[in-house]
Amino acid sequence: MKIHEYQAKELFTHYGIPVAEGIVCRDVESCLEAYRNLFSEVVVIKAQVHTGGRGKAGGVKVARSPQEVEQYARNILGMDIKGFKVDRVMVARGVNIASEYYLSFVIDRNSKSVVLIMSREGGMDIEEVAATAPEKIFKIVIDPLVGIPDFLARKAAFMLFDDFDIVKQAVPLIQNLYKLFTETDASLAEINPLVITKEGRLIAIDGKMNFDDNALYRQPEVEALFEPDEEEKREQEAKSKGFSYVHLKGKIGCMVNGAGLAMATMDMIKLYGGEPANFLDIGGSSNPNKVIEAMKLLTSDPEVNVVLINIFGGITRCDDVARGLIEAFKHLKTEIPVVIRLTGTNEAEGRELLKGTSFHSADTMSMAISKSVELSKNRG
Amino acid sequence: MSILINNNTRLVVQGITGRDGGFHAAKMAAYGTNVVAGTSPGKGGQHAGGIPVFNSVADAVKIEGANTSVIFVPAPFVKDAIMEAADAGISLIVCITEGVPTLDVVEAKRYADTKGASLIGPNCPGLISPGKSLVGIMPGNIFKEGSTGVISRSGTLTYEVVYNLTQKGMGQSTAVGVGGDPVVGLYYNDLLKMFQDDPGTDSIVLIGEIGGDAEEQAAQFIKDNITKPVAAFIAGVTAPPGKRMGHAGAIISSGSGTAKEKHEAFIKAGVPVASEPAQIPDLLR
Repeated sequence: MKIHEYQAKELFTHYGIPVAEGIVCRDVESCLEAYRNLFSEVVVIKAQVHTGGRGKAGGVKVARSPQEVEQYARNILGMDIKGFKVDRVMVARGVNIASEYYLSFVIDRNSKSVVLIMSREGGMDIEEVAATAPEKIFKIVIDPLVGIPDFLARKAAFMLFDDFDIVKQAVPLIQNLYKLFTETDASLAEINPLVITKEGRLIAIDGKMNFDDNALYRQPEVEALFEPDEEEKREQEAKSKGFSYVHLKGKIGCMVNGAGLAMATMDMIKLYGGEPANFLDIGGSSNPNKVIEAMKLLTSDPEVNVVLINIFGGITRCDDVARGLIEAFKHLKTEIPVVIRLTGTNEAEGRELLKGTSFHSADTMSMAISKSVELSKNRG
Repeated sequence: MSILINNNTRLVVQGITGRDGGFHAAKMAAYGTNVVAGTSPGKGGQHAGGIPVFNSVADAVKIEGANTSVIFVPAPFVKDAIMEAADAGISLIVCITEGVPTLDVVEAKRYADTKGASLIGPNCPGLISPGKSLVGIMPGNIFKEGSTGVISRSGTLTYEVVYNLTQKGMGQSTAVGVGGDPVVGLYYNDLLKMFQDDPGTDSIVLIGEIGGDAEEQAAQFIKDNITKPVAAFIAGVTAPPGKRMGHAGAIISSGSGTAKEKHEAFIKAGVPVASEPAQIPDLLR
């Protein structure tokens, strides 16, 4: 789950991490008021959207007068950045930057731990630095049973800074950011850039945080910040019914049990010349209600002209799955052709049950997918 | 032969009095697994489907000689369950539960390391050494004794692949589902090494998916260390970036973790990659 920069900075402040002061505004008038209240000649107006690359898209501008504040606020509010509409901006106090750094904590799959990542190449796209100059990136794997003792925070700070006055500011900042990371079940806490001001202060100019979806049940304050976009709303609705769903742009609706098999099904549709309309993992059971709900979800997409049901009957036997499907389709009125492929435990019995129904039953994944692609093409 | 589990496996089911725990304990016992105990704090002394229930894993180890555990407890209690099993001296801990907070796994895995225990999962279907032992939720009847090792991040996709292998007469030494979360226990390289060292395994199937770079690392590891034939399959060629495809770990972030990169890494390492599961048996011959 993602949050906005201003929300991340509120969390930073709460954990004692110094940030460039800013005010979040939803219209031009409030931007001008914020400008007056900040008592700062120079401010930065920053689009608040759940995506990176805001600067390149023109969503971050330095303003030096009320006229400029008004002009930039007008430009940025309502702007579209990578499909995200800007409905609020942050008006942040301008900072005299002496030098810029990168600092983040992230869950690392390889070390199976939290890793502190730092670089003197602040303000840059860190993935680009990692690709072009990996030697400029420092990584410290954190032992979760120990956390970050003072010596480790000092060791990290000395990798980044030469001036001991700055190191002394960096030590609590590193420890507090780790504390924030672990206490809120984050998956990313990033400061880019972290800057030293001309006055010798260390502050966060930007902040980004992502959170572990699996932990939201115990992070109500974080969950309250969730702002789903249209696709995410659809995905969330599916999730409440026990599905994993991702919408795509094709015509063949897929209903599959298991995430890996669902992905493989999409891939094979593409391989056979068709276009999958979605990823849908309906999970383990063959409950007719679940099938009905899944069909409703698939057919709510006007692009879908064929539905492919690919079920591997493991613990749930194929004959039970077939009965569930037949029961479910008694309650569904749809013109859309349905291709079913059942494999696994009791597959022969399952297929026997499907004979004489209006379903297109296929024995192998390959046959099911060829049939779906063919039907989809014939229907335009 | 096999890896990790065999006829000497003595299994304790953590969370045996829950719906899933009870159901799968019975399935595992029916398959022939030595399910020697279950745990459920406060229900010690009871029986669940004929299996003695203990208050703690430590009791199950002391009284029944349990050496492997399988965890079905709800996600909020998984961290504690893993640590309890490791503390009790269990050497292999298999966690089926999905939806476990990542930082819980990070801590519990580290604790298990300090106790010398291996972890598989969470969010995995478990593992099976056909004809010997089944630990987890895999449908035992689709597997067949044999000499192909299987490693996978997915459940039903593994069954699909195994089904194809079995139909072509290629049985399995052991099949392991490592789990679909970003942080899980034993992974490709650990298991590749075990299969390489197992005299009962003569070929290996690796089933990967989008997210992370473990497949790329596995490709390099195979090139450097594995002499047995390996075939791979990667799910998620059509997955859009930034979207989680069911599994918490199946996500393309900032353009990395794509199926294409993984595919290329395997090809570069000389490992054939199937474009559909049905091709895998032929790639191993």
